[in-house]
Amino acid sequence: MRAFDTLDGLVVPMDRANVDTDAMIPKQFLKSIRKSGFGPYLFDEWRYLDRGEPGQDCSKRPLNTGFSLNQPRYRGAQVMLARENFGCGSSREHAPWALDDYGIRALIAPSFAEIFYGNCFKNGLLPIVLDAAVVDALFRDLEATPGYHLRIDLPAQTVTTPAGAVHGFTLDPFRKYCLLNGLDDIGLTMQHMDDIRAYEAQRRAVEPWLFD
Amino acid sequence: MNPQTLYEKLWHKHVVREEPDGTSLLYIDRHLVNEVTSAQAFEGLRLGLRKPWRITPIIATADHNVPTTARAGGIADPISRLQVETLDHNCADFGIREFGMNDPGQGIVHVIGPEMGATLPNMTVVCGDSHTTTHGAFAALAFGIGTSEVEHVLATQCLLVKKLKSMRVTVSGALPPGVTAKDIVLGVIGKIGTAGGTGYAIEFAGPAIRALSMEGRMTICNMAIEAGARCGMIAVDDTTIDYLKGRPYSPAGARWDAAVAFWRTLVSDAGARFDCEVELDAGSLRPMVTWGTSPEMVVTIDGHVPDPAHEADPVKRDGMQRALAYMELAPHTAIQDIRLDKVFIGSCTNARIEDLRAAAAVVRGRQVAASIRQALVVPGSGQVKRQAEAEGLDQVFIAAGFEWREPGCSMCLGMNDDRLAPGERCASTSNRNFEGRQGPGGRTHLVSPAMAAAAAIAGHFVDAAKF
Ligand code: SF4
Repeated sequence: MRAFDTLDGLVVPMDRANVDTDAMIPKQFLKSIRKSGFGPYLFDEWRYLDRGEPGQDCSKRPLNTGFSLNQPRYRGAQVMLARENFGCGSSREHAPWALDDYGIRALIAPSFAEIFYGNCFKNGLLPIVLDAAVVDALFRDLEATPGYHLRIDLPAQTVTTPAGAVHGFTLDPFRKYCLLNGLDDIGLTMQHMDDIRAYEAQRRAVEPWLFD
Repeated sequence: MNPQTLYEKLWHKHVVREEPDGTSLLYIDRHLVNEVTSAQAFEGLRLGLRKPWRITPIIATADHNVPTTARAGGIADPISRLQVETLDHNCADFGIREFGMNDPGQGIVHVIGPEMGATLPNMTVVCGDSHTTTHGAFAALAFGIGTSEVEHVLATQCLLVKKLKSMRVTVSGALPPGVTAKDIVLGVIGKIGTAGGTGYAIEFAGPAIRALSMEGRMTICNMAIEAGARCGMIAVDDTTIDYLKGRPYSPAGARWDAAVAFWRTLVSDAGARFDCEVELDAGSLRPMVTWGTSPEMVVTIDGHVPDPAHEADPVKRDGMQRALAYMELAPHTAIQDIRLDKVFIGSCTNARIEDLRAAAAVVRGRQVAASIRQALVVPGSGQVKRQAEAEGLDQVFIAAGFEWREPGCSMCLGMNDDRLAPGERCASTSNRNFEGRQGPGGRTHLVSPAMAAAAAIAGHFVDAAKF
């Protein structure tokens, strides 16, 4: 998993509450055999005027030009500014996969759905919870300022606006450690490789038939 | 040492390390892989620049998407085909043993593992499929996992898990004639409910369980997940050992003797304490038929569809009403009056050789009722199919009007072309009667193989024992 340290990223707004994982990546894409390549289908139903299918070339599809992801000023965004209960719905990891593949590295919202919040960390994304009033102010700033960037500092746990306002955020120290070091569950387990090898040696002595 | 349950023994033998909060790194001995839940795990492995920790514990097969008709033409549906081909490529790339669609060893993953001796006592067995509980019949710790966990096991041979509570289901007495393992497990689910086992590892014990063959025990453990349990298991005895002797993946020679001596210790100690105990008298069981859209909605063959009006709990009553509407059944209908459109004998619950023998014994010399649109027999594996053919069972089924198919999951969930049309009603030997499980709008009644066979002949449910 990719490590997260600091980021100075262009911000894209997702100005509605209760955005669910079905909206982020509609059901038909679950049939895919891939974990990557979901970026073009992120928010498929809101982003395009037709219905998308897995594997489809999106470059010629009719765009919903009013949708934020389609506006040139937000192209290349790495930070998504969102409303409460972002990521509700199913436990599918396709949602963070799609955000990641699109290029989003961090999300800011007043609250996140719990499973989605956990799945973000598993996939190298940083979900940041800020006060609803702060998020409101950020939405106003963002709207008024073309090329609006936010500076995110994970070690310091701060979000800094272009005007220099600093907003602190909290997160679980263990999750922070994993994200800073790029450790997903597998990476963490890999830190115990010696334990696993020692265990295997002991099992092999008792049950050699398991190791043929 | 304190007396231990079988689950505790299996658990402790596999803990590599334990975190202060009880989360444990558990070592995995056997990893079964199918085409549906593995593609993203392999891709994740590649994206992370990792490779499998060990390849010998992995056995792969394509079961959900494969056609059960002639396979020479390949798979017509492009999405199904791509899933199967992706598994082929991934296995070839990493050197994993795969029983591909055209391999004689192909079959439902939960049927081929045990029949090859690839499921052994004291193994931890995982697969990206909830019915991995099946393998617990061999005193193995076996449970289903998600795709992220499939990747975790591929990369590290371990999983991060927490210990479950323990439940013992003791089935005393002896089964009446015509009552089978399937009826026991449906009876257990009817008694404790589909959430009754949530948070538990269930050990099935007692004289009626010990009297079962390995096939019957697998049927029981297969449906432990339908009782909400993450895993089900049965202690080692002579039946376990006799079954394993001489199988391709079983140890041989001096190792066999050492293995048997070790495996014999895999029983719950006298005086071991369970968090929950459930008792059932086998003598009181009758052949079971589900009437609703959850496996706990079950009655005996001489019973009637229940009346939601008699249910005090409003949530349950509402669930019953919705189930009856979906199933298009009226309260008080006699189970024997329910007429069927299709019959499916197959799935990882009931497509082993003993199941096909039981069904063929009912069918022999009779004809499928004219009102039945389709009656399918889908063996669980290539080996089951060949064995059945050697015994002439295929001819018994074909002569009666059944279709004799190639092995796979088939109409258990209809990912291939075998499914129910909207509104069709099916007697099925599978494990789930959820809405749309066997096809959108399809209606499923879960029964044993003998009961499904008898229903095919009669055109409606009948008591196979009296048939
Ligand atoms: S037979 Fe049915 S329950 Fe068993 S693995 Fe296949 S689809 Fe799942």
